[in-house]
Amino acid sequence: MPVITYREALRAAMSEEIERDPNVLLMGEEVAQFNGAYKISEGMLAKYGPKRIVDTPISEAGFIGMGVGAAMLGLRPVMELMFFSFYSVAFDQIFNNAANIRYMSGGLINCPIVIRGPANGGTNVGATHSHTPESIAAYHPGIKVVVPSNAYDAKGLMKSAIRDNDPVMFMENTILYGESMEVPDGEYLVPLGKANVLREGTDLSIIGHGRAIQMALKAADLLKEKHNINAEVVDLRSIRPLDEETILNSVKKTNRALYVEESKPFCSVGAMVACIISDKAFDYLDAPVKRLTSIDAPAIYSPPLEKLQLPTVERIYQAALETLK
Amino acid sequence: MTKKTTSTKKPEVAGYNARQAPINAKLGHDELLGLYRDMVRIRRFEERCLRSYQQGKIGGFLHLYIGQESIAVGCVSVMGKNDHIITAYRDHGHALAVGMGMNEMMAENYGKYTGCSKGKGGSMHYFDPSRNFWGGHGIVGGQIPLGTGLAYALKYKGLKGAALAFMGDGAVNQGAVHESYNLAALWSLPVIFVIENNGYSMGTSQERSSAGPSLAQRAEGYGMNWDIVENGHDVLEVRDKVAAALKLAHEKSLPSVLEIRTYRYRGHSVADPDTTYRDKKEIEEYKSTKDPLMVCQSALLAEKVLTEELIAKIDEAARAEAENSAQFAEASPYPTVEDIKKDVYWEIDNPADRKSEGALFFD
Ligand SMILES: Cc1ncc(C[n+]2csc(CCOP(=O)(O)OP(=O)(O)O)c2C)c(N)n1
Ligand SMILES: [Mg+2]
Repeated sequence: MPVITYREALRAAMSEEIERDPNVLLMGEEVAQFNGAYKISEGMLAKYGPKRIVDTPISEAGFIGMGVGAAMLGLRPVMELMFFSFYSVAFDQIFNNAANIRYMSGGLINCPIVIRGPANGGTNVGATHSHTPESIAAYHPGIKVVVPSNAYDAKGLMKSAIRDNDPVMFMENTILYGESMEVPDGEYLVPLGKANVLREGTDLSIIGHGRAIQMALKAADLLKEKHNINAEVVDLRSIRPLDEETILNSVKKTNRALYVEESKPFCSVGAMVACIISDKAFDYLDAPVKRLTSIDAPAIYSPPLEKLQLPTVERIYQAALETLK
Repeated sequence: MTKKTTSTKKPEVAGYNARQAPINAKLGHDELLGLYRDMVRIRRFEERCLRSYQQGKIGGFLHLYIGQESIAVGCVSVMGKNDHIITAYRDHGHALAVGMGMNEMMAENYGKYTGCSKGKGGSMHYFDPSRNFWGGHGIVGGQIPLGTGLAYALKYKGLKGAALAFMGDGAVNQGAVHESYNLAALWSLPVIFVIENNGYSMGTSQERSSAGPSLAQRAEGYGMNWDIVENGHDVLEVRDKVAAALKLAHEKSLPSVLEIRTYRYRGHSVADPDTTYRDKKEIEEYKSTKDPLMVCQSALLAEKVLTEELIAKIDEAARAEAENSAQFAEASPYPTVEDIKKDVYWEIDNPADRKSEGALFFD
């Protein structure tokens, strides 16, 4: 199997879908002539031309809203936000228009748009550029939210997202863009709403999404090495739809759960998952569900401090030990 | 029903000489030297920043102002006590022009506790309210409503002052900018929207991003005054045009849009390419004919305000100041983990005056 990066996986997914369906196009700031701020779309303008790969002015509310309107008429626009953080400039278009249009039209309209871009901290770009709004997005019925943590998922989920008939917010990670892994050649899909058990275990379920779950794998190695603890690691991949079954099965097996994520703690995805576990698997729990998030403050710029504000392998490891106390 | 558009665009008067404009004619040697010195200080500071960035001392982005120094220096030099200023992430020039120190700026870039924002904001987010400088903003166009709000507050308080709200040529296409234009014109707010038109937003040229004949002329749609500074590299021309807009704001509480033509030498942020979307010749030509420092230097040499000796002295002093700031930053401590949760809520930082109850943090 070829080894490709997360970045290449995204590019392959979009390219395959552009080739498959004439209604798919990629639009965003610097995606065409500049080859993308993070080079996700490198070479795509040359290959697919300016009708399919479209540079926009810096007008997020305008072009995201335009994508919503175009999707209403049957296009399948993939809209790149240079940083996902800029979604807030287009907040009304996403959460009032894309999320509600189907409902308010009594099901007459649907909106097959994908809004994608990097949503992560850890690159010292400051509070305005480091938002992780998965829970904010997933809060809105009508919106789907996907957060791939590796190249394989990035490709399979992107293809599913583009084919999905609802608006999908697809949150990537600049730190993962360069990470590579074996990915099968050619067509495959990863369905939205299917979690992935990255590592099987019996003593504790570490559940999470995004880059934090990659750190959780390393923390699980440490737990095994130092304490002979077998942690199960569950990557949600998709936040809404959410794979409740896999979460609950894991917790019923291990009786302990820790949720790890890069977001802030208030009303986070982990808070939602903790609630579901306590609702539906309370009798199986040997300890309260624990969460590990970023430290509850806007993203600090200072490079060494930002590292500490985010989840680290060490903090996940410690949190896991506490869950096992 | 129709409101008359009062365009104040001056036809280029033949033989216009910025040096003879009233605001400049009275400038003495020291003031002229001050303008030159400030531009040199910005240039040397940023060159030092670039070196530190290349050494890995500075994280994230570094948006250099090199090539645009005449704008911040020219604008700030005509501001008065009640005039305020706000800009985007390319903020080093404005910060030095208002009098912020290189030490606190460099320390901020290094993410140190001695930085102007205690290492919390970084290069894009400098602030100094004590000098009427309200940032340093990372979201393109996001500062423009704030600048309009500064003007609103000035008018509300009955102060004879204005707000200068800076943005780039790419920012003009944000909805918030247009909403601000309308508010400012509708309510006669003393705000000057300064567009620093360096021709590019990242890798996109103005022609590829903006419809219409000129960026400034969009003001006409709102019945707002507008003007273009063709020679933005000339600090004196910048002063003249900004002073005129300030006068309108101070005396009649009228807003303006001022488009200042300029150029940036480096990539958008220094890690970005700088010649994939533009011709290297274009950069070289600007540098050799319109460099703000060189243009000012030759004019002042001709006037005998500057001498070769003085040029060297100013340059040396600026280099030393920049070098010292890097040493200061290097020697300074980082914030602590505890500092991460400070400066989030006023009430947490001022516990004696807290009025609300309940939890504010959740980890
Ligand atoms: C809302 C938003 N969209 C996109 C960006 C990314 N971005 C930062 S600067 C920039 C280009 C801005 O160009 P311009 O306004 O001309 O200012 P200049 O950089 O030339 O000073 C872009 C696209 C951002 N910071 N905020
Ligand atoms: Mg520009």
